[in-house]
Amino acid sequence: MANRQTTERTMRGLFFVIATASIGILFLIMLFLFREGLPIFKTVSVKDFIFGKYWYPTSDPPDFGIFSLIVASVAVTAVSGAMAVPLGVMTAIYLSEIAMPRVSQIVKPVVELLAALPSVVIGFFGMVLVAPFLQRVFDLPTGLNLFNASLMLAFMSIPTICSISEDAIHSVPGALREASVALGATQLQTIVRVVVPASLSGISTAVILGLSRAVGETMVVLMVAGGAAMLPGSLFDPVRPMPASIAAEMAEAPIGSEHYYALFATGIVLFFFTLLFNIVADTIAHRYAQVGEASL
Amino acid sequence: MDTEIKMSAQDLDFYYGEFKALHSINMNFSPCQVTALIGPSGCGKSTFLRCLNRMNDLIPISRVEGRITLDGENIYASDVDVVMLRRKVGMVFQKPNPFPKSIFDNVAYGLWVNGIKDKVFVQERVEESLKQAAIWDEVKDRLQASALGLSGGQQQRLCIARALAVKPEVVLMDEPASALDPIATQKIEELIHQLKETYTIIIVTHNMQQAARVSDVTAFFYMGKLIEAGETDLIFTRPKKKQTEDYITGRFG
Repeated sequence: MANRQTTERTMRGLFFVIATASIGILFLIMLFLFREGLPIFKTVSVKDFIFGKYWYPTSDPPDFGIFSLIVASVAVTAVSGAMAVPLGVMTAIYLSEIAMPRVSQIVKPVVELLAALPSVVIGFFGMVLVAPFLQRVFDLPTGLNLFNASLMLAFMSIPTICSISEDAIHSVPGALREASVALGATQLQTIVRVVVPASLSGISTAVILGLSRAVGETMVVLMVAGGAAMLPGSLFDPVRPMPASIAAEMAEAPIGSEHYYALFATGIVLFFFTLLFNIVADTIAHRYAQVGEASL
Repeated sequence: MDTEIKMSAQDLDFYYGEFKALHSINMNFSPCQVTALIGPSGCGKSTFLRCLNRMNDLIPISRVEGRITLDGENIYASDVDVVMLRRKVGMVFQKPNPFPKSIFDNVAYGLWVNGIKDKVFVQERVEESLKQAAIWDEVKDRLQASALGLSGGQQQRLCIARALAVKPEVVLMDEPASALDPIATQKIEELIHQLKETYTIIIVTHNMQQAARVSDVTAFFYMGKLIEAGETDLIFTRPKKKQTEDYITGRFG
């Protein structure tokens, strides 16, 4: 009896220690990010850092303005979203509502498998195949640009968007479809007016999770975005999103230098971006969870 | 009995894959009458009901043989527009299934999907349908509220209003009161009484008192076969078949 109680107590203690450790370490990393990033604001004001147009960290005197990097991240995410959201959601609708059950049983796991493609492979593909193609077709100075990066990121987010949307659409009760059809609605009307609205919270969550994968993705943008720290004038200009900038420069920035602090501060900005995405996803998932018939 | 025929099944067989769920059903439905389909679970009465507006089309492995006619026309003929058929033959389901939309949008839905855009007309029809379904007074002040906030009985009357809004000629009801409490059930039954002045109603029910109360004609199904059909009074007082008598007196089922 006493023995069993000791085991219980040990087990509880063990789980507590493990949980505390993993959460604590993550928290410490965040603390470290802020400790290493905030000192840059002794040299540059927050406003100049975020809205400054010039990123010349190694010039003399250096310029630490990451506005073009932020614009690059936002642009790459938005353009990839514009491509990935319609494709991902429509694929999900096809798999859940239109395809024969046997087809979707095979295709859905395959789509989910595509999410496992390492980003470096996708980046490599964009570099070796897509970039020369874009350069030739559109007669560009370089095929490594905003459009190429967005396209590659879209490929990365489609599996996430498609798979989670499909789950949400699939969980819409069959009774709603029957009710719609029994009122003389066509299959298309049923999908557009009943099924999609009923699963909108799940679809929104899927979209945001897909996009947040794109906004934080480093390897692909490092390889195919072109790396120019300037405001893009068109879809085919090279850009330098925040993660690419950090990854490319971190090895060269001496620890404790202003450049080093500036890169960590860029990391802080990126952290707030992904945090925003997660909060929005969480809010949507919760707000509609009780009202809608279907959710994640 | 009225000799006029609204709907009719002729030698109707129905298969789920290899399983034969209905065996050569022959039955007529007269206009402006309530027909109750009774029988134990799995006897095929719901399957038969869903053949009448081709809801079983949604089941990929199902197959129909024989004919069902609406005003003399075979609804399984290859040139039939299923959407038009379902507009004429409406359906109310066992479990209330309002859309996660506002009360107004639920009732207006059938009009919208049939291409009616005239706002005034839609408003009038929504009000008329809600009144017909005896729920207008309870919801008239909150038409824009979510239908999911209504009680089960209200939701079911809303679903009836939704079905009536497209002005069907026949209304199929699949155990419409089985998920409701006695008071809500009574309201639905009163409603059926009023509706039969305008509509041909076919109702599946497990509850024999309900069949006796609401219907003019009762049909008893057993093991996928139509055992006996006739005027409700006669079926419940002097059934011709032993199986029917056993069922209605509660000896099995």
